[in-house]
Amino acid sequence: MSMAAGARPEEIAVRTYVAEEAHPHAEGDSTSLGFWIYLMSDCLIFAMLFAAYGVLGGNYAAGPAPKDLFHLPLVAVNTTALLLSSITYGFAMVAMQEGRIGRTQLWLAVTGLFGLAFIGIELSEFADMIREGATPQRSAFLSAFFTLVGTHGLHVTAGIVWLVTLMTQVRLHGLTAANRRRLACLSMFWHFLDVVWIGVFTFVYLLGVLR
Amino acid sequence: MIESQQAVSPVFGRLTLEALPLHEPIVVYTFVVVALIGVAALGAVTWFRLWGYLWREWFTSVDHKKIGIMYMVLGIVMLLRGFADAIMMRLQQAMAFNGSEGYLPPEHYDQVFSAHGVIMIFFVAMPLVTGLMNYIMPLQIGARDVSFPFLNNFSFWMTAGGAVLTMLSLFIGAFARTGWLAYPPLSGIAYSPDVGVDYYIWGLQIAGVGTTLSGINLVTTIIKMRAPGMAMMRLPIFTWTALCTNVLIVATFPVLTATLALLTLDRYLGMNFFTSDFGGSPMLYVNLIWIWGHPEVYILILPVFGIYSEVASTFSGKRLFGYTSMVYATVVITILSYLVWLHHFFTMGSGASVNSFFGITTMIISIPTGAKIFNWLFTMYRGRIRFELPMMWTVAFMLTFVIGGMTGVMLAVPPADFVLHNSLFLVAHFHNVIIGGVVFGLFAGMNFWFPKAFGFRLDPFWGKFSFWFWVIGFYFAFMPLYALGLMGVTRRLRVFDDPSLQPWFVVAAFGAFLILLGILSFLVQVAVSIKNREKLRDTTGDPWNARSLEWATSSPPPDYNFAFTPVVHDVDAWWDMKQHGYTRPLAGFRPIHMPKNTGTGVFIAALSVILGFALVWYIWWLAALSFVAILAVAIGHTFDYRRSYDIPAAEIARAEEARTRLIVAGAAP
Repeated sequence: MSMAAGARPEEIAVRTYVAEEAHPHAEGDSTSLGFWIYLMSDCLIFAMLFAAYGVLGGNYAAGPAPKDLFHLPLVAVNTTALLLSSITYGFAMVAMQEGRIGRTQLWLAVTGLFGLAFIGIELSEFADMIREGATPQRSAFLSAFFTLVGTHGLHVTAGIVWLVTLMTQVRLHGLTAANRRRLACLSMFWHFLDVVWIGVFTFVYLLGVLR
Repeated sequence: MIESQQAVSPVFGRLTLEALPLHEPIVVYTFVVVALIGVAALGAVTWFRLWGYLWREWFTSVDHKKIGIMYMVLGIVMLLRGFADAIMMRLQQAMAFNGSEGYLPPEHYDQVFSAHGVIMIFFVAMPLVTGLMNYIMPLQIGARDVSFPFLNNFSFWMTAGGAVLTMLSLFIGAFARTGWLAYPPLSGIAYSPDVGVDYYIWGLQIAGVGTTLSGINLVTTIIKMRAPGMAMMRLPIFTWTALCTNVLIVATFPVLTATLALLTLDRYLGMNFFTSDFGGSPMLYVNLIWIWGHPEVYILILPVFGIYSEVASTFSGKRLFGYTSMVYATVVITILSYLVWLHHFFTMGSGASVNSFFGITTMIISIPTGAKIFNWLFTMYRGRIRFELPMMWTVAFMLTFVIGGMTGVMLAVPPADFVLHNSLFLVAHFHNVIIGGVVFGLFAGMNFWFPKAFGFRLDPFWGKFSFWFWVIGFYFAFMPLYALGLMGVTRRLRVFDDPSLQPWFVVAAFGAFLILLGILSFLVQVAVSIKNREKLRDTTGDPWNARSLEWATSSPPPDYNFAFTPVVHDVDAWWDMKQHGYTRPLAGFRPIHMPKNTGTGVFIAALSVILGFALVWYIWWLAALSFVAILAVAIGHTFDYRRSYDIPAAEIARAEEARTRLIVAGAAP
């Protein structure tokens, strides 16, 4: 299909105007880029919540301050659980690259359990604070704290739901190209939440106790 | 920490029969008219047995072209609603003098100006701009569809869902009375305890999901789906502006989502982000909402700058002057749009140094914008200009927009802003740039690309009526507001004490009436064009002798856009093909892989509207139920792995043959 006879052949010998390949863009080609852009938009939501916390984080309204509320040892356990879950997700991806379904599923399950542990500890921390009267309504600081940390927790919860969905799909269809793509997306999501948590741990908990 | 005074029933929440505005005659008449039109439309669809066709070919379609057209239809329908609000305001302000209260009671008038702003920005300008980007951009880059076709369908239905929820507020309950950005503490639960602000929040959140996902989709498409040979500096300028706009969408709509979510937490859970007590900060909301809000106006204007560029070069018969500078100007505007938000509230009291910074960044934006104006002028200079409708709109834009730009620079000077803040001068300024910029450009674009989408041109006679009524109407409607603003009249007033102001408002109302004629002429133009479609038929696929790839395929393009993916050698790819004697391939077709239609987008959006409605009215069981249903439908969708099919080569050969026959028939005298 050579279609173009040059109008000015002295300049350009032959210009081809029709691609030889039937499909220059393979299916799923755009997925990782698209998902990455989505993550950046989600990152902006967290940026706004961090900004709100930055502005309002000192407004205790004569209520409790971080020093009175945060128990760093508990948060350390929590953080460890989430960081370990990122490593185990990495192991799942390695197993996926090797095409070993059983091993992939095992590491995904371990990741999910770490995620559940993280959520469990977070919820019990929230419950303790609310029992002590440090409710989200008590002050702008607490509103911003519960919203920032809670939004992260909701993301992790969504990640766990997604994880279970993908484990079911891997069981049904194996490690097909579509499923590998999906596991890679969840992997990005999971590590992203880890990075956000490092921000929360540093700016909210560590700096909060220093303040 | 304020408890709602209303009784909340476990079944109906706070929804009672009193929510129907039977005591407001204007709303009742509107409801009757809308209901009659609605019943007539639904009856007609049923009578002509079109439900199956609409469902299969349109509602569930993942074809970017059909989704683009649905966006345009949504935008034009909502334009009628938004304009009805506008003319009601103009009438009220023209009447309410010499002791008269006008005809709109305060609680209704306040809803009207809030709804007008929200609808015009979110449900008129955004769908029209997104619709054009959806339709044209993939064709311009020689792609067969966008990167994520299902997501595209879903995005459209979420936008439509937001519009539906906003429209519902007219007949069930009330809309916000807070202005289009719903500043706290007024929009907090203490001062707006009714459903108005909740309709506002959920309408925008649902539509916002659609907008953000559509932004991600179109950015990915432009980066990943370009035809071979189309380097970034060979993108048609409309595609460049679409890229910058969608980058802005992805970089700002999450800010709106987060800000409204915080307001929601204040209203629903009694938190204290934006309250005046317990350490909350209303000014935090104002900052956050404008960090989204200022880039938003560039989201609207940038693609329209792209339209003007395409139109100016096509109808001047010349390559666009200063392509590279145009690209850089667009990118610079994209970045600067993020650094000026504080000029919306110089009066906040942040001090001289902060105000100076934002005043100067604002003024700097006029430099790349001015460069663009000169590029268009130099494109026209020594061109062989054809004054077809798209070009007429472009020239009207250049004259009008320059005025709006200059009053914008005036407002950017902080000391001047202290006088002009929240005055009708500001109202005149942003209507000057939005109507004179965005709306004129959308009409240029619609007149330009209509033949591509439907296979026949729009009637020029009625198009000229529409043009002159709009342009003259604009000047009559908004020039008096500049004068009134300089005299110190503030915005959003319902009655006036000083009778000497009345003539100005009467002139403005007359201008609004001319714009009404402009809108009606546009509707007549479309109707007449459909009636005379055989006479206006475009057989060539390139009715304007244009320059970019969308004109290389037939009008309307086939489902697969291009039988063979084009290869690009030049900025004006189609012009280059025509210059080098390109001939269309007539044989050797191969099957084309295409995505399958799906109803999932419609279902999730419908469930989202139910969820929004339930949350507005505190019907908690329904909210929980619809949320679970959304999750179930969304997860269920991911279990469907067979989402594409092949168009057989024989079918492509048939379609291409039909095109050949059309070209031959058109060429015969």
